[in-house]
Amino acid sequence: MKIAIPLLLLAYYALHQDFWNWTSARPLLFGFLPIGLTYHALYAMGAAALMALLVKVAWPSRLEAWAEKEPGE
Amino acid sequence: MIPTLFVLAYLVIVLYIGVFAFRQSRGQAEDYFLAGRALGPWVFLLSLFGTHMTAFAILGSSGHAFNFGIVTFGLMASSSAFVVPVLLLFLGTKLWAVGKKFGHITPVQIFRDRWECGHIGTLIFFLQAALLIPYIIIGVMGGGTTLSVISGGLIPFWAGGLLVAVVVMSYVFFGGMRGTAWVNAFQTVLFLTFGMIAVFVISNGMGGFSAIAEKMLNDPKTAHLLSREKFSPLAFLSYTFNPLSAIAFPHIAIFCLTAKKMTQFKKTVMLYPLCILLIWLPCVCLGVFANQAQEIPALAAKIDMKMATGRPVVADDVMLQLLGHFAPEWLAGLLGAGIMAAVMASDSQILALSTMFTEDIFTFYGARERFGQKAQVTTGRLFIVLVTAFAYFTALNAKASIFDLAVQFSFAGFSAMMPLYVGALYWKGSTKWGALAATIWVAGATIALFYAPRGFTVMGLAPVVPMTLGAAFLLWMVSILTPKPSANTVERYFSV
Repeated sequence: MKIAIPLLLLAYYALHQDFWNWTSARPLLFGFLPIGLTYHALYAMGAAALMALLVKVAWPSRLEAWAEKEPGE
Repeated sequence: MIPTLFVLAYLVIVLYIGVFAFRQSRGQAEDYFLAGRALGPWVFLLSLFGTHMTAFAILGSSGHAFNFGIVTFGLMASSSAFVVPVLLLFLGTKLWAVGKKFGHITPVQIFRDRWECGHIGTLIFFLQAALLIPYIIIGVMGGGTTLSVISGGLIPFWAGGLLVAVVVMSYVFFGGMRGTAWVNAFQTVLFLTFGMIAVFVISNGMGGFSAIAEKMLNDPKTAHLLSREKFSPLAFLSYTFNPLSAIAFPHIAIFCLTAKKMTQFKKTVMLYPLCILLIWLPCVCLGVFANQAQEIPALAAKIDMKMATGRPVVADDVMLQLLGHFAPEWLAGLLGAGIMAAVMASDSQILALSTMFTEDIFTFYGARERFGQKAQVTTGRLFIVLVTAFAYFTALNAKASIFDLAVQFSFAGFSAMMPLYVGALYWKGSTKWGALAATIWVAGATIALFYAPRGFTVMGLAPVVPMTLGAAFLLWMVSILTPKPSANTVERYFSV
């Protein structure tokens, strides 16, 4: 898991650089959203899904207990 | 006239929220500066988002899209939708935990404690303050532009900026973090709601976006705005470094300390990308399609100038021009208030500067011990007045567009400070000397950037990339060569 999360984050970061959509505007989603914009709107939605996954599998739960523990406990 | 009245009514409402928050306050420093570390999950999400999304997100983004097309969304929005929640998840929660455990209120307090330093912290304070000022100026400029355009020139830029500065200053002055957080939450709801309505109304008014998109694609002068063919992929990559600034912005870092429980970050982390999408997509679409709004004289003049010179024009008022032309007056007023809501996010930056000054300078150099906590809050309030006045007078003479001002100084500088946070919170081996080297590098690079020509790049990369990598390298290099903080301090921070 320690390696999988950074790799997943790196892969998603790389997907931001969508060079394959660079020079074309078509197809237009809903008749007006160019493919480059559509891709990045979907990318933002995918980021929300990825964050939901990270909150589930990588939530730093020990941190909260540590923060609320009194010194010497 | 009607839209102006709506916006003025909105200003009265936010002022009242500030006064209401003032009545809830207990007069202690932690209560004033951090809302008693007791913000609930929804207020935390909405106000953190509202704090981050400023005039830059609304007016700057549509202005940039007007000039450069759809690339604007990928440059700032989709990269932020990924990078910012990751930062909140891994750095924001750690900041919250350290703040809660050791009672810290500002990032500099954390740095001083973690690296056992004093004056290096003061240097970091001055750098943070210098980088934050342009962002506050952006808010005042946005306020002046909004009121001036919505009132059809009835309220001049200087008066609009002054009115916004006074209102923001007042509710921050009275309400502190609680007032600022409530106002930001209210503003975010308002803009998210009316922003979507704006898109439909303007789209209908312009004859439908599909027709406009086809028209733009069939015209060689505008077709490139619907793809990224004129934008370098390397520069596009560089921009993914800008969202790193989010956690290094003192107002965001300080805001992370206000959550009642760490679990309140969960909603924020998951919903942040969607909030960004809902704000930026309409703004970018409207900015791009404004290139076909020849029937609006102010936009026609901008389009002609852009075509004639082949250079970008100052276009921060594009969204407002569309609104004024296509929306009915009452709706333009509501939407104008919504835009004003986002524009006024400079409140949290002003509060952050005041918090930093009173904690990192006033308290650190012994004034709180001598004069007491009430004097600290009063000093914070006086500082708010001074900062706002300075931002206002500077905004009157600012020449750059909102987008340029933000990207060139604030984003690049704060992104380059991000390694300091990673070093302090995640690397046992980091030292105060490494932090000093990185801070001096960022300060020097920012000054150099100030004198560099617009659009300056380093091997095709935006300056933010070498600035951030340079800071990270210096922090690492100097830290491995210099003595570490005491084992006790390292143990305190890494005993999780």
